[in-house]
Order: sequence, then structure tokens, then C-alpha cells
Amino acid sequence: MTNSTTTAVLDRDGLSALVQALAAQGRTVVGPTVRDGAVVLAEIASADDLPFGWGTEVEAGRYRLVPRDDGAVFAHTAGPQSWKTYLHPQRERLWSAERAADGHLSVTEDGSEQPSYAFLGVRPCDLRAIAIQDRVLAGGRYPDRGYRERRTGAFLIAAECTEPGATCFCVSMGGGPAADSGFDLALTEVLDRAGHRFLVRTGSEAGEEVLSGLPRHPADAHTRNAARTAVDAARDRMGRAMPPVDLRALMGESLEADRWDDVAARCLTCGNCTMVCPTCFCTTTEEVTDLTGDHAERWQHWDSCFDVDFSHLHGGPVRASARSRYRQWLTHKLSTWYEQFGSSGCVGCGRCVTWCPVGIDITEEAAALHDELTDRLRREKQKETER
Amino acid sequence: MNDVPVPYQVTGVRRESADTVSLTLAPAGEEALEPFAPGQFAMVYAFGVGEIPVSVSRIGRRELVHTVRSVGAVSAALCALRPGSQVGLRGPFGTGWGLERAAGQDIVVVTGGIGLAPLRPLVLAALAARRAYGRLNLLVGSRTPEDLLYADRIRAWVDSHGPLHCQVTVDRPSPAWWGHVGLVTTLLNSALFTPENTTAYVCGPEPMIRATARDLLHRGVRPERIRVSLERNMRCATGHCGHCQLGGVLMCLDGPVIGWDRVESLLAVREL
Repeated sequence: MTNSTTTAVLDRDGLSALVQALAAQGRTVVGPTVRDGAVVLAEIASADDLPFGWGTEVEAGRYRLVPRDDGAVFAHTAGPQSWKTYLHPQRERLWSAERAADGHLSVTEDGSEQPSYAFLGVRPCDLRAIAIQDRVLAGGRYPDRGYRERRTGAFLIAAECTEPGATCFCVSMGGGPAADSGFDLALTEVLDRAGHRFLVRTGSEAGEEVLSGLPRHPADAHTRNAARTAVDAARDRMGRAMPPVDLRALMGESLEADRWDDVAARCLTCGNCTMVCPTCFCTTTEEVTDLTGDHAERWQHWDSCFDVDFSHLHGGPVRASARSRYRQWLTHKLSTWYEQFGSSGCVGCGRCVTWCPVGIDITEEAAALHDELTDRLRREKQKETER
Repeated sequence: MNDVPVPYQVTGVRRESADTVSLTLAPAGEEALEPFAPGQFAMVYAFGVGEIPVSVSRIGRRELVHTVRSVGAVSAALCALRPGSQVGLRGPFGTGWGLERAAGQDIVVVTGGIGLAPLRPLVLAALAARRAYGRLNLLVGSRTPEDLLYADRIRAWVDSHGPLHCQVTVDRPSPAWWGHVGLVTTLLNSALFTPENTTAYVCGPEPMIRATARDLLHRGVRPERIRVSLERNMRCATGHCGHCQLGGVLMCLDGPVIGWDRVESLLAVREL
């Protein structure tokens, strides 16, 4: 991060040049694209691959692509994936082991070279999610080497949010539609009579360097104002909000709440919420052997706390009921994450709400838990005064 | 080494009971793990099968002993190993018992079943520096006399060292059994300790740990002086896989040995 920020304006050609410049650095450029009826992240060859003219309509358990007349490219909300797909991949080989004829074991760490990524269009909520996964996987006593390499090698281009969706609640999680830090470049899309363009700000020396090589215009006051106005307006248009209470304390007080039974009656324990969540990091391991039996590989892949086997011990799972598994997810995300990694595990991106097949809404569940707790405390107080 | 397993050779196999084996392991090559503290664990890798966390049950200069009960695929593969086979080890991981906390105090060690294994290095360390502590109690619970771990060695500890107040109880006696029958908590009544000046170390099945901690608290032992070792599913041992959570506790980093004050309220919640 540098303190001095350079701002400029890119037009659509400038955006194309940006993709080319990053590719010319040998980077794998990843950005939003339209595929299978959704905005999905994929490797892009040029800016033409980006979802120009596509928006999204989301609700709890619902996601639809909608065409837009204005040709906007960053007017969609979070899709089914997040950047963890690339930084913390779904499957990763940890090591290979060989057993020689005499029984000798040799183990080789997977040392494959990590790709050098450029991420185009990282939402502010996802910037925070990346920072959270940094603390989980690259911080602490045992940093994950592969993650750290991918992460330090990645070039991040934020896209500030001007079209929040109905399931977005980042503002109530202490974030917002503006990108403040953690990026190399930040774009704000501006669409008005003066044309389709992007206000660009630098956030690092690497960003300065890339920007200096692009065809660009000086940042005029009109574009700056338009960008600021659009982002400010987005702040007030969040479709949802967490209850304005201390969620950490609320979860801690709600471990025996009745609401868990209510949500468990709806939850399919499919684990979709954990797969789409940009901060969920849990993994399991599997041992893979070849037919000779002398070569084995240790693979890590994403796991979900909704899986019964997740808490398996030889006497049976610790968390057998749906109630306990949903509670594990929500209390970890909103509360115990603080103890473990110093922050909340939720950034308010709304993916878990959108992609839940039965439309369970984390903000609604938190509000219901709050109501239940308030009721309980009131009753307890009443009892006390009656005594 | 924490990233990939270091090859260790099985130099000794000792059958402790019908389903439990102690493996003596020595580095197969130049590379060896950092020294373990009693209570810490290793991730033990059975080639082609998988990896499980196992607390260390004896700590030699280069050798380590792991006592393994065959309950799943990996532990069954480990129990089937012969001298000369190799395993992989990662570690040491987690917290130790912290015997230094008990300096000048009475010690109560309470074990259930294979829970004696992680406590053996603690008992040996306490016996080796016997004068640093007050009275030393070892209360051992076992399902049956045949399942009792380290039976001949327990006898040797009692015979050869300074005073060790050892009591053994079983849930189901055999005709030849002459000792106590009943839960290990019943042994606390005849253990010799001054509760307000006692450190307890407890390992066994979770219900046994709860019952023991409850009784110790009732006797007046301070909760932070009751050190328990808990078991949770673990895949990585480095705080990244998320499996070993108990509320905010990550058992691989904050445990396996942890003060009762930190887990009492968590263990009181069903299925947490």
C-alpha cells in the first residue's frame, strides 16, 4: 500500500488495455463472465469476456441474470463463486508418498509453482473476505505456504459497488460499497451522458506501475463526483441488514435458543452456504493411491460443517442434528471467529442467502435469535421483579 | 516439520490389549521432529490410508512411543504394523500438560481407558522429579482388567519410585480381579490431596472427563487447575481445516490439553 493515490479515468479501451497489460506480465487474469445463466468467475482473454450489459436479480433462494440496456459491466451482484476458488482452491495436493520395496517411505511436498493471478472486479465485500482468509490461512502459527504464494502474487483490481442486490448487507457488517484498501487498483464504473468510463484509483506501487502504462484520461471533477454519488447511493440501497446489535454476544447467549429447531426444520444441510461463502475455509483430506499401492497422494478439498462426517469421532459425530450443524455454522461465522481470528467471519455479501435452496436468510435468523433473546431477558427480569 | 510427514521406522511393537498397540518409532533418516512435551500430539500417517492425531505416550531421546487403539481405518492400519515398517509423523502439535504448573502442589492424575497413554509421560516426568511436588496420585479406570494399559509398568512405578498413590478400578471385573470395581471418580474419595493446593490432569472418554472434573470441583480444586485433554476430529493440526472446533476453541492449537475453566460451559452445551 502506498499513501499517495493516483486517480485517472479509463474508457472501455483503457479497460481492454488493462487486461492485456496484466496478461503481458504473465498473469492469469480472472474476472466475471456470463456462463450457465450466472455471472461466474473465469479466466478472461480480453475485456470482451466481461459481462457487459448484464445485471442480476437476487432474492433468498433465487438468482436471475437480467439484460441491461446501459451496457454496464460491473452492475451484477456476487455470483455463486468467490475468489477463494482461486486463492484457496477446492482441491489441492498436499504431498506425494512412495513406499519402496524394502518398506522405506519417502514423502515429497507438493511444490508446484503457484499461478500469478490478476483478479478483475473484486467487490469491496470480497476484498474484506480475502483479508479474512489471509488471517486464517496465511496468518497464525502455521502459514499455508501455497495460499501465501498465490496471495502475495495476486494483483487485485477492485470494482466498487454501484448496484447492490436484494440480499446484500455489507453495510450492516461494517463494510460498504466503497473499496478503501487491500487493492492494487480500484475501479468505479460511471455511466452517464458523458459516456461509459471507469474512475481508477491506485492502491499500491504495482498498481501505479500498471496504470502508468495504460491509455487514460485525467480524472475530471465530473467523473469523480458521479463515481462518489453512485457509491454513496449504493450504501443506502442495501437490500438487507443484520440487526444492529452485538452479533458476537448474541450468538454466545443463544446457544440453547429454540430458533435453532425452527431453522433446522427448513435447512437441508446441503452445505451450499459454506461453498459459496467467501470466507468459509474448512477442508478435509483424502488419501489416494495408485493400483500398485506403492504411490500415494494426500489431497485436501473443501469440506462443510454441514456434513455429518465433519465432526466424526470413533463414537459417532459430535454434531449429529441439523440444529447443531446450522448453529455451528452461524455461531462460528458471527461469533467464535472473533476468538479465533480477531474479526467476524461475515462480510455481508449475501451469497449464502441467494444460494440457499430453501432461502434461509442469515439476517432473518440473526434477527429472530435477537427477538428470542430479548423476550427471554424480559421474562427473566419480570420474574425477578415479581419476586 | 509441520507440512509433510517425516519418515519414522517402527522399532518396537507391543500389544497392550486386544485392540491396543504401542509403537516405538525412531527417525528413519537424518530428519527428526522437534522434541515433544508430555500431552502434545503428532499426526501419524499410515501410508496409503491416512493420518490421525495421536498423543505421545513416551518421549525418548530420539524415539517416541504412540499407543494406538484400533477404532478406525488409520488406527487399524497402525495397529497392524510390524517392526521395520515405516510411518510418517508431523508435529509436535498442540499444548502440553504443563507439569510445571503443579510445582509444590499435590497432583491428581485421573485416566480412563486409553486416556492413560497421553498421561504416561507426565507421570514419568513427575516421578523423575518427585521432590518438586507434593503427593502424587494416579487413578486409573479401565473397562475390564484385560483392557488395562501398562499394567506391569504401573506396578513398577509404584514399587521403584518415591511415593505414588496408585489406584486402579474396572467397570466389569473378571473372576480373577481383586481390585476396585466402579467408575474412576469413586477413587477420588480415597486419593490423597489438599484440594486448594492441587493440580489435576485428566484424560479419558468425554463423559468420564466431565464427571471427574465435576467431582474435583466439588472437592474444591480450582477449575483452571483441572487440566483435561479433549478429542475432536482433526485433519490438519495447524488450525486451518476447521474440524476440531469446540466453540471458539481450536483444539489443535488451544488444546488438546486445556483448562477446565475454558471448556466447562462449552461442554455443557449438547452437540456443540
